Amino acid sequence: MPVIPRTLSGALIAGLVAGLLAAALNLWTLTPLILQAEVFEGATLHVHDDGVEHLHEAPPPPGAAQAGSRSLGTVATTLVAYLGFGLVLGAGMAAAARWGHEPTARTGLLWGLAGFAAVQLAPAVGLPPELPGLASADLGARQMWWALCVAATATGLAALAFGRSLPFLVLGAALVLLPHALGAPQPASHEGLVPPGLAALFATRSLGVAALSWAVLGALTGALAERSPARRTA
Amino acid sequence: MTFSIARLRLDAEILSIAAAALLGLSLIFVAGFANATVLHDAAHDQRHAIAFPCH
Repeated sequence: MPVIPRTLSGALIAGLVAGLLAAALNLWTLTPLILQAEVFEGATLHVHDDGVEHLHEAPPPPGAAQAGSRSLGTVATTLVAYLGFGLVLGAGMAAAARWGHEPTARTGLLWGLAGFAAVQLAPAVGLPPELPGLASADLGARQMWWALCVAATATGLAALAFGRSLPFLVLGAALVLLPHALGAPQPASHEGLVPPGLAALFATRSLGVAALSWAVLGALTGALAERSPARRTA
Repeated sequence: MTFSIARLRLDAEILSIAAAALLGLSLIFVAGFANATVLHDAAHDQRHAIAFPCH
């Protein structure tokens, strides 16, 4: 098989593997925090006349059957997301292969880490991964900024990685910084009932899971696209 | 003759790269942005976990 179809089919397999890994890690490390946060999301703060505050907690969490279908939804949609990430990453690696940058497991790892930087790390600088129940700005505005940030960072990193002249490097750096110079839409106030420690733990864990999943996605795509040693000598 | 066959293959390569990118972007849209209630409910925890803007 020539390098382009090898890269694209490799990306599909890698997307499936990385998606399963991410889904398992999400269910293990992140879903419990979401469930904890939802208790606060539905809660109301009640202040007595004498100034004593206490929380009215939300209704108890759903039963086992509902939890099962909820986990299934998480696994299925995480797979869809990572298949999508894999295909776009694979398309980038295949395009680079046409310019003579043949993919390997090593360059694949770099592609994966760059994907993590563009799709997770850079947007998180403006819009941290957030739990349900935290204050946030208008959804449409945040989605616009997220898409702009991902596109600008990915294009900027490509210019930095493949640009061989100073103008390309300047353009690349400018594109990476642009979304943050514009600034992500922020809520009027960051107040919320979810404990700050829980929110912080969620943000860091989310980035950790994403970093590992993207590294596997890129490295595996590269490894599957790499000409096997036996065929190289043939 | 061989030249045109080579060019056909190159064009097919560009098409397959573009198709993969387009399909990938659509899957990301479905997983992260599509608004349908059923889809949103199934994707809810994943959207928070991957940090797609949600709610």
